[in-house]
Amino acid sequence: MSALKIKKGTTSKSAYNLRSNYDDTIEKHTLAVLVANEPGVLARVVGLFSGRGYNIESLTVAVVQEEHTSRITIVTTGTPQVIEQIKAQLGRIVPVYEVHDLTVEGHSVERELSLFKVTGTGEKRVEALRLADVFRANVVDSTLNNFTFEVVGSPEKIDAFAELMRPLGLSEMARTGVAALSRG
Amino acid sequence: MAQIMSGAKMVVQALIDQGVDTVFGYPGGAVLPIYDEIFQQNNIKHFLVRHEQGAVHAAEGYARSTGKPGVVLVTSGPGATNAVTGLTDALMDSIPIIVMTGQVPTFMIGSDAFQEADTVGITRPCTKHNWLVKDTEELAETLHTAFHVAKTGRPGPVLVDIPKDVQFADGTYKGPAKVKSHYQPKVKGDIKVITQLVEAIENAKKPVFYTGGGVINSGPAASQLLRELVAGTNFPITSTLMGLGSYPAKGDNWLGMLGMHGLYQANMAMHDCDLMINIGARFDDRITGRLDAFSPGSIKAHVDIDPSSINKVIHVDIPIVGDVGHVLEDLLNIWKSRGRKTQTKSLIDWWDQIDSWRQIRCLDYKVDTKTIKPQYALERLEALTKDHDRFITTEVGQHQMWAAQYLGFNDPNRWMTSGGLGTMGYGFPASIGVQVAHPESLVINVAGEASWLMNMQEMGTAMQYGLPVKQFILNNERLGMVRQWQELLHGERYSQSWSESLPDFVKLAEAFGAKGILCTDPADLDDAIIEMLKYSGPVIFDCAVEKHENCFPMIPSGKAHNEMLLGDASTDGAIDAAGSVLV
Repeated sequence: MSALKIKKGTTSKSAYNLRSNYDDTIEKHTLAVLVANEPGVLARVVGLFSGRGYNIESLTVAVVQEEHTSRITIVTTGTPQVIEQIKAQLGRIVPVYEVHDLTVEGHSVERELSLFKVTGTGEKRVEALRLADVFRANVVDSTLNNFTFEVVGSPEKIDAFAELMRPLGLSEMARTGVAALSRG
Repeated sequence: MAQIMSGAKMVVQALIDQGVDTVFGYPGGAVLPIYDEIFQQNNIKHFLVRHEQGAVHAAEGYARSTGKPGVVLVTSGPGATNAVTGLTDALMDSIPIIVMTGQVPTFMIGSDAFQEADTVGITRPCTKHNWLVKDTEELAETLHTAFHVAKTGRPGPVLVDIPKDVQFADGTYKGPAKVKSHYQPKVKGDIKVITQLVEAIENAKKPVFYTGGGVINSGPAASQLLRELVAGTNFPITSTLMGLGSYPAKGDNWLGMLGMHGLYQANMAMHDCDLMINIGARFDDRITGRLDAFSPGSIKAHVDIDPSSINKVIHVDIPIVGDVGHVLEDLLNIWKSRGRKTQTKSLIDWWDQIDSWRQIRCLDYKVDTKTIKPQYALERLEALTKDHDRFITTEVGQHQMWAAQYLGFNDPNRWMTSGGLGTMGYGFPASIGVQVAHPESLVINVAGEASWLMNMQEMGTAMQYGLPVKQFILNNERLGMVRQWQELLHGERYSQSWSESLPDFVKLAEAFGAKGILCTDPADLDDAIIEMLKYSGPVIFDCAVEKHENCFPMIPSGKAHNEMLLGDASTDGAIDAAGSVLV
């Protein structure tokens, strides 16, 4: 084997002790998938994830640019090998035009929109409004007992806001899932 | 010039323009307009099967023996659901199939109408792609795209669901030349990586070619290039079940099939090699055995047109995405231009090692003068038919593995078997499809009695069209492979693995108007086979074989390539607890 002009490290990653030599760390990746805007294409993508046992953390889809193209943004988790498989399997779907892994293809921006209904009175109500201001949340609805806040930001920012609102009377929340674009 | 015609007529016109002359199908309410058009023309011959599963398997047999796509026409609802097994089979084995299904009229979709099923929903995971056509204006383009997708890249089955009102309505027909698809998989491999493989070939001391169905799917030229490469390098070559025939079984460098029931020398070469060149195979679990002990010391190269096949189960060092034919052509050119180098001295030692493995004679079995051993039956079938223009199909089970071991395939497209899905009931309808494509050739389905009964209704099809398919049934009155696993793994508790109440196959043949032959004595076997070959029509050959024969060599589940069981080896404790959960 040593006579072969291939770096030694590459073969130790071969099938020998295959399972344990694979990197077991679970990574989170954001994938942008450009698809033909045709019936069933979302079912194909979602069916691929359920059929092969992959995870979906969030998924958003809408028509973009021309009317025939939709952009699906998927946040998924898995080992590096599974992430590679997900991308390759997505690429096999006939109406999929492009698959981009925004997590590895340079910098990207991720935004999510969320709505929070916070119910409370007195000091808690005031505190909720004050924190909402810090997070640059908009009040989109209010009654005497509750506020509905709109927060736009990274998933982490929304998580943080949810944490703060929980003791202040968070009663309902809705999130759109991540939309993402590469920078530059 | 725009041609206005009905959707039903468009279907026929599109088939003609795609060069289709053969359709397998079964009519029903939702496809009647198309059947009406088929009635009124002579360009396309329709073969009426007896069950829609048979239609898809027949189309698979047709496709695999010709290299052309197979075409199926069935009705909505049960017609479509009956096609699902065939579609999945074709998907697993990468066979180009176009299935057209009727559908209830568009305005009734979703109303649970009679014979309505969500056909595109049901078949989405078992097709390469599928379409529901809601407008006659889009029908022609969709059909041409369907052919393109089925044939291009890694081939596979596609389905076009056509509601009845779309068939009746008029629309503008478009010819294939006017249809452009964005689906254009890359066929040329990366020259830099191919050069890396050439370097590995030049330096390998213990190389092996491991080839698969991708070589056959790539076309006859790919097989020719493979033969040239093997002859030039003098490397040993083994193949998966799917790839048999791409390199001739009579060739000097042939090791035989590899895998769970592969030959000793093939599996040992895979285990001990220092360079494994996978061409058009996919490291299936029947091939690799225990993953962490799979070919521990080798550099692995993998040529595959499907990027998702690469690094799916086995990490490879030299990945080449491309069509086998294109990659082999570049590979040969680069290797030749660099002086056709190999490590000839080391190869001599490697071949000595392989020859010592061959001495094990892993296919030897105990001959019996009273009972027909299944291996003997296939040896005699091989001896008496190998000089014929012969095509072999099989069902699934022990007989399938024995056929792969004892029959020799010297050309591609001569061997049709359900590899990935393992579909019992595949072989008989597939043999019909092969015979339709090759009316003058000898077509034999090597079967087990249990598998064969799963689609025996197709005797009607064989008789109706005078297709002289030979059904060579190795009848052990058992589900032989299930029985073998129960013996090895489940304490000889033979749960539901025998064939009770079998028909008299001779009378069954006669009931259909075919010929039946029963053979129970090894001494009569040659004469009986010759009688089968001489008969001009379909034959059911009931070959009563040893009931408890096991198929060896065998790599038990959870074991490595060098832990094969041989025929005389003790099978006690062959599969440990961890292996018994595998299939």
